[in-house]
Amino acid sequence: MKLRTALMGAICVLGSTTVAMAERGADGHVNVLYWQAPSILNPYLSSGTKDVETGSLVLEGLAGFDEKGVVFPRLAVDVPTVENGGITEDLMQITWKLKPGLVWSDGTPVTSADAKFTYEYCTHPEGGCAQAARYEGIASIETPDAETIVIKYTAPKPNPYTAFVGGTSPLLQAAQFANCLGAAASTCTEQNFKPIGTGPFMVKDFKVNDTVELEANPNYRDPAKPAFATMTVKGGGDATAAARAVMETGEFDYAWNTQINPEQQEQMKAAGKGVLLNGFGTLVERIEMNMTDPSPDLAEGERSTTKHPHPFLSDIRVRKALSMAIDRQILVDIGYGSAGRATCNLVPAPEMFASTNTDCIAQDMEGAKALLDEAGWTDSDGDGIRDKDGKKLHILYQTSTNPVRQDFQAVIKDWWTELGVEVELKNIDASVFFGGDAGSPDTFQKFYSDVEMYANNFDGTDPEPYLAQYLCDKIPGPENQWQGENINRFCDPAYDALVAELSTTADMAKRAEIAIKLNEMLTKDSYVVVPLVDRGRLSAASNTLGGVVLNTWDTELWNAQDWFRMK
Amino acid sequence: MLTFTLRRLLLAIPTLLLISLVIFFLVDLAPGSPASEIPLTVPPEVRAKILESLGVNQPVWVRYLLWLKQFFWVEPLNGIDAIFGTDYAEGMQRIISYQSRSPVFAIIADRIPQTLTVIGTAYLVGVLIALPIGIYSAYRQYSLFDQLGTVFAMIGFSVPTFFTGTLFIIIFAVYLGWFPTKYDTTLNVTDWDSFLKQLRQMAMPVMVLGLANAAAISRYMRSSMLDNMGQDYVRTARAKGMNERVVVLKHVLRNSLIPVVTVIALGIPSIFGGAIITENLFGVNGIGSALIQAIHGNDLPMVQTLAFIFAILIVLFNLIADVLYGMLDPRIRYD
Repeated sequence: MKLRTALMGAICVLGSTTVAMAERGADGHVNVLYWQAPSILNPYLSSGTKDVETGSLVLEGLAGFDEKGVVFPRLAVDVPTVENGGITEDLMQITWKLKPGLVWSDGTPVTSADAKFTYEYCTHPEGGCAQAARYEGIASIETPDAETIVIKYTAPKPNPYTAFVGGTSPLLQAAQFANCLGAAASTCTEQNFKPIGTGPFMVKDFKVNDTVELEANPNYRDPAKPAFATMTVKGGGDATAAARAVMETGEFDYAWNTQINPEQQEQMKAAGKGVLLNGFGTLVERIEMNMTDPSPDLAEGERSTTKHPHPFLSDIRVRKALSMAIDRQILVDIGYGSAGRATCNLVPAPEMFASTNTDCIAQDMEGAKALLDEAGWTDSDGDGIRDKDGKKLHILYQTSTNPVRQDFQAVIKDWWTELGVEVELKNIDASVFFGGDAGSPDTFQKFYSDVEMYANNFDGTDPEPYLAQYLCDKIPGPENQWQGENINRFCDPAYDALVAELSTTADMAKRAEIAIKLNEMLTKDSYVVVPLVDRGRLSAASNTLGGVVLNTWDTELWNAQDWFRMK
Repeated sequence: MLTFTLRRLLLAIPTLLLISLVIFFLVDLAPGSPASEIPLTVPPEVRAKILESLGVNQPVWVRYLLWLKQFFWVEPLNGIDAIFGTDYAEGMQRIISYQSRSPVFAIIADRIPQTLTVIGTAYLVGVLIALPIGIYSAYRQYSLFDQLGTVFAMIGFSVPTFFTGTLFIIIFAVYLGWFPTKYDTTLNVTDWDSFLKQLRQMAMPVMVLGLANAAAISRYMRSSMLDNMGQDYVRTARAKGMNERVVVLKHVLRNSLIPVVTVIALGIPSIFGGAIITENLFGVNGIGSALIQAIHGNDLPMVQTLAFIFAILIVLFNLIADVLYGMLDPRIRYD
């Protein structure tokens, strides 16, 4: 055993020396598998993860997020902060400096004008830019010289690391996209398929929804990187087949998002050709409680609106009892294995924003029953279902069609039935459920059921916009074509006030404190949102691929320039 | 015969228009929207802008007429431009895919070769396997070979390709390591080595589809042969002292092939249609996988255009089958 450890150590040392001596293109070819195939490489025209992440091999922002969620400079010299004077004290302005001598892959210099152009490209009213939220609140961008970018905001911006930070808002080359502004954006097929970037790779060939062939960027700023001369990103198939191609047959070096069930995970690990990487971000599978009455007896336009509070879910004791009856660890075991963990928080990460609350983890069926008794819900006619004032405790529980979600529904239904609640299950095709069609009764926004389950997360590391979804004025209803984000119709003036405070607080420690409080107001203090599982990323990497670090805060291919072949 | 063909061609126009209407509205009115492809992290205002830029908000009949114009006018003009280097279609808006924001026909042109190579070969292999099995099974009806042929056909018919495909992957790729599980679409056949590589990567999808195709066609062949074997002219041929080889392969086979040729011709549009499941399973970037990805991505223009192209092909090959039938069998000419 000792010998083996020593050998492993020796291999590691050898490995690291190869990295140190590596030169660009020395390690040949690397194969990456995205089973959802990339459709386009311009992240401003697609919000799909597959497109953004593949595009990030070519296009880069001024800064990015590392695997801990910390902002690090890419094209910028350093990350501006209030301390280093990059951000003004009033939080109205941030100044970025480009690294000197930066060039695009075609050899032309990268200048601040490219950044300004990118901002104009994404904020053009007819462009339909998918990442417009990254540029929200910007009053103007000034370029005093070729290397300086000054962003001015309309209001204090405590978190300015949105524009030009991360894979979702990279710099475009102004010269290449000059004719692609606004409505012309989708006529620029050549540009959208083969953007010129500053990243470690450049596009050689792009086949829509199939393959991207890349080669090392000869003008990449680090002359020793990337170690691979060429890369293929292949698409198609499903998560299981993707995992198999890395873990069992070894045809591919890296496969993205190989969400497979725990049993298959074990089986594939046994083949010994690769490892499953997992990392946790902010994606939380949760049950949302409807605070308004979804009864079909109400007139259309009044169902699930604030005019009618929910007959029993507006009682916190009922909501809490439903949460207490759930054993979250069992859900993790049947659905996600190592790619999931039980959580009680809506904001499970980054660490500084995550509440330490673990009250909900242990199932407490007796406590839940007692709580319902206390709330006046008892089984008066002995049919196993609790009732109160002649009304039965009946819950309609909806979610999207997806095997794991239907398993969850069945198990949770068992627990709730044991609790004395009659549960009716419903599942809706994901394209309808998340389709947002105001004419459909089955969207998650309309919420024509008592509880519903889905997963959501937030972009980047700052939970403010995410927590601000629960403001009173964001409640969906007929007057806003059911487009609000406050799905639960939760409304608490104290909550609104705290969100307002968060939006003007710059001190990170204070922001974290407020965010934790807001998270708790939605979860353990009110049980309006009942978090179930913190869903991690699960990707597969070959044993021969070195340098892979799974990052859940930015694109998974964030450090492809550091990848190398283990010898 | 010519008038018959012309009349059928003319009749095809209203049929196709009606089909285009049905397809467009069915796909459009079906539940689901491109909005469901946008992650929940995108705020509602941005979401609305994206949808507007896709043109989703226009009334459905406006979109239908625009699509018809693009399909029958702009796209053919683009085709002419591409072939002759002209610029008739300059500045005209083509049918644009929601997912990739690129012209739908460019994607189709990109994918047709793979589909024709893989699915076409599978069809050919299927036919080549099916005909001998069908012929010999009929000739030796109820023999061991016939029973085995029936079992083979039953398996081909009843086991879905997603199952055989996965089974083949596990047997031939995971355990035996003979073939790659993923089709390398970037491979260019330039020399003997790359040709062998191409054969290896085509092997599994062709086997899976060949099995399914062969099953159906072998049954048609067998029953058609059986119909003819009992005919008077067969007895006459034998009475005249012809050997069995001539009787079976010349007299019976020729006559039995008539319905089988029709069946084979009617199956050809399905080659262009690709094989949705098999292509997706093996990562062949053909038309079938384009269709399923478009359906998953709620890429309506892509789905509508592909479905309509299939409709055109089916109408066309029905016509071809009818004409072929008349040519093969002088008794049923149409004039």
